[in-house]
Amino acid sequence: MKRQLILEDGSTFEGIGIGSLRESTGEVVFTTGMTGYQETLSDPSYCDQIITFTYPLIGNYGINHEDFESIDPAAAGIIVSEATVEPNHWQSTSTFDELLKVKDIPGITGIDTRALTRKLRIHGTLKGKIAAMEADVGEIAADLAAKALPRDQVKKVSTHTPYTLPGRGKRVVLVDFGAKRGILRELIERGCNVTVVPYDISGEEILRLQPDGVMLSNGPGDPTDVPEAIKMVKNILGKVPVFGICLGHQLLGLACGVKTIKMKFGHRGVNHPVKDLETGKVMITSQNHGYTVDVRGIDETDLVVTHMAINDDTIEGYRHKHHPAFSVQFHPEASPGPTDSNDLFEQFIALMKTSKKAGDQVCQNV
Amino acid sequence: MPKRLDIQKILVIGSGPIVIGQAAEFDYAGTQACQALKEEGYEVILVNSNPATIMTDTTMADKVYIEPLTVDFVSRIIRKEKPDGVLATLGGQTGLNLAVELHDAGILDEYDVELLGTNLQSIQQAEDRDLFRTLMNELNEPIPESEIIRSLPEAKEFVAKIGFPVIIRPAYTLGGTGGGIASNEAELIEFVSSGLKYSPVTQVLLEKSIAGFKEIEYEVMRDGNDGAIVVCNMENIDPVGVHTGDSFVVAPSQTLTDREYQMLRNASLKIIRALEIEGGCNVQLALDPNSSDYYIIEVNPRVSRSSALASKATGYPIAKLAAKIAVGYTLDELKNPVTGRTYASFEPALDYVVTKIPRWPFDKFEAANRTLGTQMKATGEVMAIGRNFEESLLKAVRSLETDIHHLQSSLDPTIDTDWEAVLKKTDDQRIYNVTEALRSGVAIDSIYEWTKIDPFFLYKLKNITEIENELASQPYDIELLKEAKNKGFSDKTIAKLWGTTERAIYNLREENQVMPIYKMVDTCAAEFDSATPYYYGTYGQENEVEESKKKSVLVLGSGPIRIGQGIEFDYATVHTVWAIQEAGYEAIIINNNPETVSTDFSTSDKLYFEPLTVEDVMHVVRQENPIGVVVQFGGQTAINLASELSKRGVQILGTSLEDMDRAEDRDKFERTLQMLEIPQPPGKTATSVDGAVQVAKDIGYPVLVRPSYVLGGRAMEIVYQENELLQYMENAVKINPEHPVLIDRYLFGKEIEVDAISDGDTVYIPGIMEHIERAGVHSGDSIAVYPPQTLSKEMKEQIIECTTKLARGLKIVGLLNIQYVISKDELYVLEVNPRSSRTVPFLSKITGVPMANLATKAILGKSLSQLGYETGYHSEPKDVFVKVPVFSFAKLRRVDITLGPEMKSTGEVMGRDRTLEKALYKGLIASGMKIPTFGSVLFTIADKDKEEGLSLVQRFYEIGYQILATEGTANFIREHNIPVTVVNKIQEGSPSLLDRIQQGEVQFVVNTLTKGKQPARDGFRIRREAVENGAVCLTSFDTVSAILSVVESMTFSANEMPSFEKRKEGVLV
Repeated sequence: MKRQLILEDGSTFEGIGIGSLRESTGEVVFTTGMTGYQETLSDPSYCDQIITFTYPLIGNYGINHEDFESIDPAAAGIIVSEATVEPNHWQSTSTFDELLKVKDIPGITGIDTRALTRKLRIHGTLKGKIAAMEADVGEIAADLAAKALPRDQVKKVSTHTPYTLPGRGKRVVLVDFGAKRGILRELIERGCNVTVVPYDISGEEILRLQPDGVMLSNGPGDPTDVPEAIKMVKNILGKVPVFGICLGHQLLGLACGVKTIKMKFGHRGVNHPVKDLETGKVMITSQNHGYTVDVRGIDETDLVVTHMAINDDTIEGYRHKHHPAFSVQFHPEASPGPTDSNDLFEQFIALMKTSKKAGDQVCQNV
Repeated sequence: MPKRLDIQKILVIGSGPIVIGQAAEFDYAGTQACQALKEEGYEVILVNSNPATIMTDTTMADKVYIEPLTVDFVSRIIRKEKPDGVLATLGGQTGLNLAVELHDAGILDEYDVELLGTNLQSIQQAEDRDLFRTLMNELNEPIPESEIIRSLPEAKEFVAKIGFPVIIRPAYTLGGTGGGIASNEAELIEFVSSGLKYSPVTQVLLEKSIAGFKEIEYEVMRDGNDGAIVVCNMENIDPVGVHTGDSFVVAPSQTLTDREYQMLRNASLKIIRALEIEGGCNVQLALDPNSSDYYIIEVNPRVSRSSALASKATGYPIAKLAAKIAVGYTLDELKNPVTGRTYASFEPALDYVVTKIPRWPFDKFEAANRTLGTQMKATGEVMAIGRNFEESLLKAVRSLETDIHHLQSSLDPTIDTDWEAVLKKTDDQRIYNVTEALRSGVAIDSIYEWTKIDPFFLYKLKNITEIENELASQPYDIELLKEAKNKGFSDKTIAKLWGTTERAIYNLREENQVMPIYKMVDTCAAEFDSATPYYYGTYGQENEVEESKKKSVLVLGSGPIRIGQGIEFDYATVHTVWAIQEAGYEAIIINNNPETVSTDFSTSDKLYFEPLTVEDVMHVVRQENPIGVVVQFGGQTAINLASELSKRGVQILGTSLEDMDRAEDRDKFERTLQMLEIPQPPGKTATSVDGAVQVAKDIGYPVLVRPSYVLGGRAMEIVYQENELLQYMENAVKINPEHPVLIDRYLFGKEIEVDAISDGDTVYIPGIMEHIERAGVHSGDSIAVYPPQTLSKEMKEQIIECTTKLARGLKIVGLLNIQYVISKDELYVLEVNPRSSRTVPFLSKITGVPMANLATKAILGKSLSQLGYETGYHSEPKDVFVKVPVFSFAKLRRVDITLGPEMKSTGEVMGRDRTLEKALYKGLIASGMKIPTFGSVLFTIADKDKEEGLSLVQRFYEIGYQILATEGTANFIREHNIPVTVVNKIQEGSPSLLDRIQQGEVQFVVNTLTKGKQPARDGFRIRREAVENGAVCLTSFDTVSAILSVVESMTFSANEMPSFEKRKEGVLV
């Protein structure tokens, strides 16, 4: 069935509906990864977003049980050039379209995704709606332009109740702003005992759990939409080692007094070069963010920039001058994407070890 | 790190002649490297033996040496130039091997020359099987069970342990020369023996066969700061077992999950880091289709054919950046030239599908063994880009120029096919046969079982056949037409299914606005703004081509490298592009060969990476509306398109179509020559077998027969009598009024080749070349000598006069190439090619006359006199230059190596020195020939040749060669008082002459026996045996004589002193 993507500027892209046939509204973004569509689709950070895949063939190796980043994908919709009808892979259990149907996610195939991507690059991300062909384009576009999108994405994807994944190593509290499974996997692989807690947990509650470290997860949306989390970070800072990823990185920054700003079209892909300023080495990272820490004003804070994006000089990581806390804008857990920066989890483990010895005090040794 | 300041002068080593396994990709790499180094202010010295390259243009480096790529000659250059560093990793396996040899010979140390880029130890670790295995074990990277062996018994022992099938890979060879997959003892013996022979270190790797695994390649780069990235990964549609150079390949990989992609990426980066490679590197891996198991197959510690493909597939210029890394830069310091704003340390994101298909020479070598294995057989390749797999594949198929515009099988549909047997054969026809099987309803599961081609691809092929069915059942359905075009169907294919003409489909599409748009290759999937004018056509919503206000000229490239149409045509194409730009126009190029300089996006103002078919060219013409199209420089590929393009209203620039036709159409040509009063060998066109017999009878045998409009003398033969003619008519050609056959009297004599530039009035002749081999041997396979050494002043004047008359008479505007024969002191015209020729780069480089440039300007309306040239002959230099053909026979089993009217060589080298003998020596050495000054020569010559051969026998004897011959020839030689050793014929039992060749007891084989293509005949077997054992096999007495004169000039005689009467006793001596 023919369906269309209507953008707030009134432009439309026609294609064939796949997955759910419901209407769906979201911020239209693009990602440039050529593999890893299953991980991307199920990454909670895409909550309420309509994901455009720039690679034209999506679904080639089907959907398997191993590569979900969450159980219920939170994306608002999917735009592809071609959804593979006959996938093949030994791990595959269903097709891309079947998954979208089961998870009630609408999608459109047969779209000139490069044209759409160029539009987003030039204009910045746009609000959009996946709708039927009969829909009134003018009305919908006007409506999209007029109304702000909801800002409760973190609440939607965070866990509602705490739970523990037992392990015999370091005891980590993972604050779930929409955590990818990959972060859990990396911690568990290193023997950590992980307690996953909701996004609105207070600092006191965390400290009461007496963890060896706190992991601030990735998550969707604007970090200023979760002021309770910023407060929580302020509260725990200096009292327990902290490692933040993506949204968690932005929250650490906000807690230390920096500002975050919305990017034109963000960083979404698995090919972003990042320079580690301390070693001078460049690594290729997996990224998914629409906001970034404003480089202006960073010098007045207690943060030391440790990582920079090669291509646009945006901040990709920093550590606290006095407290055992560091964070990165990219995804060291990868999935999807390269594992070049996987070592950061080791650094977190090391930080937890040294901080303990130092008596929860200062740690320069990040 | 910024660039190094402690080095100033860099020697760049090229890759030498085009052979199978090493083609134009290294001209592309070398050209980029030279430009990159010059850009950085280094003094660049280039050495390459191949004159047909852009990289050997004197503008590419500060100094260019066209000399043999041997330790001997390169050391001379090093001594003279004293470079600080040498860059060898961009010169293919040839460059790399030479670097190792220069090191081993102590030259690099002696003159304090640093090997730039990857160091020697890394090269050895990657190339030496033993060291490589040790390294992989250290890194914990899995490799298939294997063993290095140095003898046949060792091989047998290994196989007894692990069983068949096993892969045989000789160490340090190009394109796997001498290797193969053995499934039984006989094959094992064959491959191991030849492998040991070809390996310069007499080492062969035997390896457990993992045939059927997915074959995946990663193109990786690393800098001195350990920054490492993947430029591109590629998946072979043909699973492990077929050489990657002979596989259908897609980029990026299609069937790998992200986890698999990253697993193999990590392995590749781990390896490049362990090897400390500074530059580009290619890692080949095998992935189990049913688990996460993988193996490392091999690593090439250098820029390769795959890196050229990866560069064109992504837009990321690997060779250029590899050169910059070699002088100290790191990836994050270097800008990505495509976007101009992002950096080179990122991994390109593709938003399209790339397909590469090899171009095999089996159309020329019908007797060749078409089975594909570990030894590469393709001479070139095509690449196509589409937004879906079907589009990408079908565009690549029609780029091949093999008379196929779709996935058509050559199987006879009226015969019941044993699909299992057909599909289990890994030959060049497999994909076509798989598609045919799908059409016949064979299940995908079965096809997978027989071929191990991933079902993902099989479903896509099935989809193509389903669209065919829909098209067939719903003619003129516009929605279906859109769908078919979207999936890459050609107008020709749709026309066939709808029973109409290609033109009608094109018109129908125009009426209904089913026209392609163009998208940019930008390395980043549109994430960043790019200004690269590199486009591909597809069907979609948005067209990205920016219209320019400047007037433009469209140049048609020459497509894939094949025998008869090599890199020379890319050379001419590139020069045309530059000349068009100089003349103030925008130069637009269409080509589909990923190996070449012409498809480097920085060469032209706009590059369209598209098939060279009428439809695809018309689309570009429609988009760009150029003032005209230049077809003269793209070889037969472009010429073949001219007439249909012209019919569709496209302006062909330069020599008019009618005039081109007057040169190429036999009857019109004859009339023109009569008008100009220029003699040609008597001949006629025949359109039936009976007609042919009559014509031959009229003009008298021997005759030269060939189909009209052919490339590289394909299917051309000299026929001595009527039954041979009938046999030829039956086997070699389809004769009918649309495909006439030309029959000429074969004139025995000296062949002359001339290139000239004409504006229609002024005719400038840069050079006359004389061939060593007499007429009858294809000009591309002959040794050409410039300036001519044996022509009288009068004859030269006559040639100049004739050439001028012909150029004017045929109203040539641009280039022309003429072949003459001098028979009994009379000059005859054999043929006139109204276009750029194979010898254009050779002559341009020697004379300094920018032939393609001048021709282009003439085409664009300048007169030659305005450009400073008047009618006449360019003055001849003092030095002697020879162009020596290079063959790839060692890689093509069952191909007869006898030289004849059909071209067989794949490349060429140049030799230059003060005398003909010295130039010849250098040319022959550069071509890879070993010229020992003593040893044995085996004569097996046909009766009719014996008299003529005798003088050669005598000359070999005089320089001290031992003469071997079979009974008949030996008797004849003995009768003339020359000592000769009789060797057994093949049937006479061991040790036969074949054994002697195998034992390496024979240095030269002179063979004129039983010419022909039947592998069973003795002459054929002797020739193949010689090739496969590295003995020099010669089938033309002229070549033998030339080589003899070289050896004679090198040899000092060893004669006893004349004896005088004994001195008287008592006298002190």
